[in-house]
Amino acid sequence: MVELEYYLILSGILFSIGVLGVLVRRNAIVVFMCVEIMLNAVNISLIAFDRYNNQHDGQIFSFMVMCVAAAEVSVGLAIVISMYRNKPTINLDEFNLMKW
Amino acid sequence: MELFFFIPIALLSVLLAFGVVFNKSPIGSAVSLIGMMLCLAGVFVIQSAHFLAILQVLIYAGAIMVLFMFVIMLLNLKTAEDTVWKAREHNTLLSVLTGFLVLGLVYKLVEIATDANFGPGMPVAENFGTTEMVGAKLFTDYVLPFEVASILLLVAMIGALVLAKTKTD
Amino acid sequence: MLQLAWLIPLIPILGSIVCGVYGLKLGKDKVAKIACGGPILSFLITLLVLLGFLLLPEGVHVWEQILFNWIPVSDFVVQWGYQIDPLSLVMMLVVSGVGSVIHVYAVGYMYEEYSFYRFFCYFNLFLGAMLILVMGNNFLLMFIGWEGVGCCSYFLIGYYFDKKSACDAGTKAFVVNRIGDFAFILGVLFIFNQFGSIDYTTVFSAAPTTLIYGSETATMICILLFIGATGKSAQIPLYTWLPDAMEGPTPVSALIHAATMVTAGVYMVARCNVLFALSPLSMNIVAFVGGGTAVFAATIGMAQNDIKRVLAYSTVSQIGYMFLACGVGAYTAAIFHLITHAFFKACLFLGSGSVIHGMHHEQDMRKYGGLKDHFPITHITFLVSTLAIAGIFPLSGFFSKDEILFHSLMDGNIILWGMGVTGAFLTAFYMFRLVFMTFYGEARYDLTFHPHEPSKIMTTPLVILAFLAFFGGLLGIPLFHGWHVLHEWLEPVFHVNPQAIIDYSTQHMIAEGHHVPLFESLTHEPSHNVGLEVSLMAVSLLIAIGGITAAYFFYIKFPNLPDKVMEGQWGFELVKNKYEVDERIDEYIVQPTVEGSFYLWKGDAKVVDGAVNGAAQTIGWFSKLASPYQSGFVRNYALFMVVGFLAILIMVY
Repeated sequence: MVELEYYLILSGILFSIGVLGVLVRRNAIVVFMCVEIMLNAVNISLIAFDRYNNQHDGQIFSFMVMCVAAAEVSVGLAIVISMYRNKPTINLDEFNLMKW
Repeated sequence: MELFFFIPIALLSVLLAFGVVFNKSPIGSAVSLIGMMLCLAGVFVIQSAHFLAILQVLIYAGAIMVLFMFVIMLLNLKTAEDTVWKAREHNTLLSVLTGFLVLGLVYKLVEIATDANFGPGMPVAENFGTTEMVGAKLFTDYVLPFEVASILLLVAMIGALVLAKTKTD
Repeated sequence: MLQLAWLIPLIPILGSIVCGVYGLKLGKDKVAKIACGGPILSFLITLLVLLGFLLLPEGVHVWEQILFNWIPVSDFVVQWGYQIDPLSLVMMLVVSGVGSVIHVYAVGYMYEEYSFYRFFCYFNLFLGAMLILVMGNNFLLMFIGWEGVGCCSYFLIGYYFDKKSACDAGTKAFVVNRIGDFAFILGVLFIFNQFGSIDYTTVFSAAPTTLIYGSETATMICILLFIGATGKSAQIPLYTWLPDAMEGPTPVSALIHAATMVTAGVYMVARCNVLFALSPLSMNIVAFVGGGTAVFAATIGMAQNDIKRVLAYSTVSQIGYMFLACGVGAYTAAIFHLITHAFFKACLFLGSGSVIHGMHHEQDMRKYGGLKDHFPITHITFLVSTLAIAGIFPLSGFFSKDEILFHSLMDGNIILWGMGVTGAFLTAFYMFRLVFMTFYGEARYDLTFHPHEPSKIMTTPLVILAFLAFFGGLLGIPLFHGWHVLHEWLEPVFHVNPQAIIDYSTQHMIAEGHHVPLFESLTHEPSHNVGLEVSLMAVSLLIAIGGITAAYFFYIKFPNLPDKVMEGQWGFELVKNKYEVDERIDEYIVQPTVEGSFYLWKGDAKVVDGAVNGAAQTIGWFSKLASPYQSGFVRNYALFMVVGFLAILIMVY
């Protein structure tokens, strides 16, 4: 029987790695992947708590997270494609549109 | 016994996650991510969330990652363009700070998790986390969110189409 | 029928809006119809309301119509409601009745003027505001009307806005009124502070058991209210605006002087009679200010050459009479004089307006003379009104003025009576001086042009008003007790139960160890010495005739005499220059204010603006510091998010 803490620690570490990736990578697609890592890390926590409390709500929630992730990835990648069309690069350093 | 499976899988997933972040080519990152997803599916199985483990493999490792692969291929990005992890010349300090920040985050999260002192978990039934159980839950208590999720996916699909289609006229 | 009361102020205000917004499109004739129709309709509704009021069961003297809660702030609730009682009904009838007549006249007078519709927009609003003033059931609503008439008077006095003197006169009227308004609103706040309410019914019924007889609080409230009244009713020391208000078109003067505005102060003092009853000191102040103004303004009126200015000072003087009456507790006499004054003063102003109109806007009486053949109707009506104001039996002014004089002797003292009699003599003198200089004697105008009587639309109002000025006195023949219709009608409003005041105040004063006064002003029984009254009447009649005779000698018999007698007399010069009050005010109040304002402006530019600009600069400096962090890279924002997230984690756990 593995303690709940182990899962939470794994979840935290993976989440932090995702954060690190988002912060340091410039390739938009890789940044997306790092976001996926963060989402997955959260799923681990959800499922671990589910098991701990003997209920299924967290699993449903993970399911929803997957749905959202799928939606997000499809829209996000479409945005990346249109960005690429607009300016033939997906280097995020080239996109500082938030300044206005 | 659980621990025996858990530790290697956890270590492997952390390793692969680092692979995602620090791989030079996007393709490499994607492959690492697929590996990490599969590892996590293993973690789910250990937690007896069988249904989600399968979804993890099908949706994440399958559908979503294939989409990533497609886009990477489509854009035909060269590795040179994304000059991998390298301290940005004019912002070394910021990068170091970012590293410390993330380390601090890890430390704090781990500290919170270990300090919490959870007791042993509840015993779970034999069929916990099976498709049957999750499905029953999904179609009774959570039927509305489930339908909303389907609309969300529909909207996302149309949105992606609109965004990605070239203007032909 | 009482339910229609809410329409009375609303109709002129709607008329004002229609005239103001659609006036240009509608054309002069339609504007005239709307503008006159509104007040006349109001007057008719007022008659209906009067009928409804008469049909109320015996013993009911107040009827309130609450329209809505206007300002509900926890326990401070101001309602928008109209109070119909004998006093407000009298005022409503005078305001809407005389106001309607003046409106009709104004159509004829203003027809040739530019921006006809603008004039009637203000005119109707003026009337509406005055109706709100007299109908409101609380002090704040009265204040709305109070400010409304002040504002409209500013618009109307400055009607010829391309003329600098008119604009200045408008500003002066507004600023001087403002001083009074300030005191008035302070008084209202004081009342709220004491009573926790500003409704008339609440305040006046609670007053005898809330305020102590003769206490500082009661006196303070009354004096503040009275200062407000002096501003609006043009009494010393705030009278200077009214003569200057002659810059407006003549119907405006008629409306300000007769129907609206200047009577507001008298109405307010009469309305607050319960409060004034509690403060004998302020009653004395009211009486002396009124009597003083009556004489003071009359002396100035003697030496003016502008026909409208003479009438203006005459108004100031007559309003002084009303305050004199209020001050000695003869509120009925004050309201009676207010009514008769509204009739004859409106007639006089409209008459002077038709003379001015016929003389191509010449207002200097020295350039009139012998006009009685050219203005037959104006002449007759003017003469009737002049006889009325001079107090000749049996015209209206005789009864009302005589009643005031009688009460000032019986309830006041010999000094007040002396003031009143002097005023009466002077009034008769200067009014007949005006008549003689204008209508009699030799023609002094340019004989090449022919003065002409104005059209029917202007003469009909004159006839109506002259008729009223003639017979208005029948409302209250003071001689025979019981015949006095007005007195009985107004009795419920002016009735104060002295016992309640005496009981409460005595109890309090004893508790606080004060000396208990004799309550002279309350226990004093109004006496009805018929013999004395008749002899006083004879005296005042003789005085009036004396004044007329003096005027006759000076201006008809020996037209050169005035110049010879007055030449070089310092007293005459002083009077002619209106006691140089305006100059002194300008020197001692206006100039220092202007200079002080200049320094304040300089200080403002340095200190206040400096602080504001400094604050802006500081913020700009901080922004400059912060702006590099607004890099535009999503990643940077994510970094800040993570920092914040970590900070929250550290703080919470």
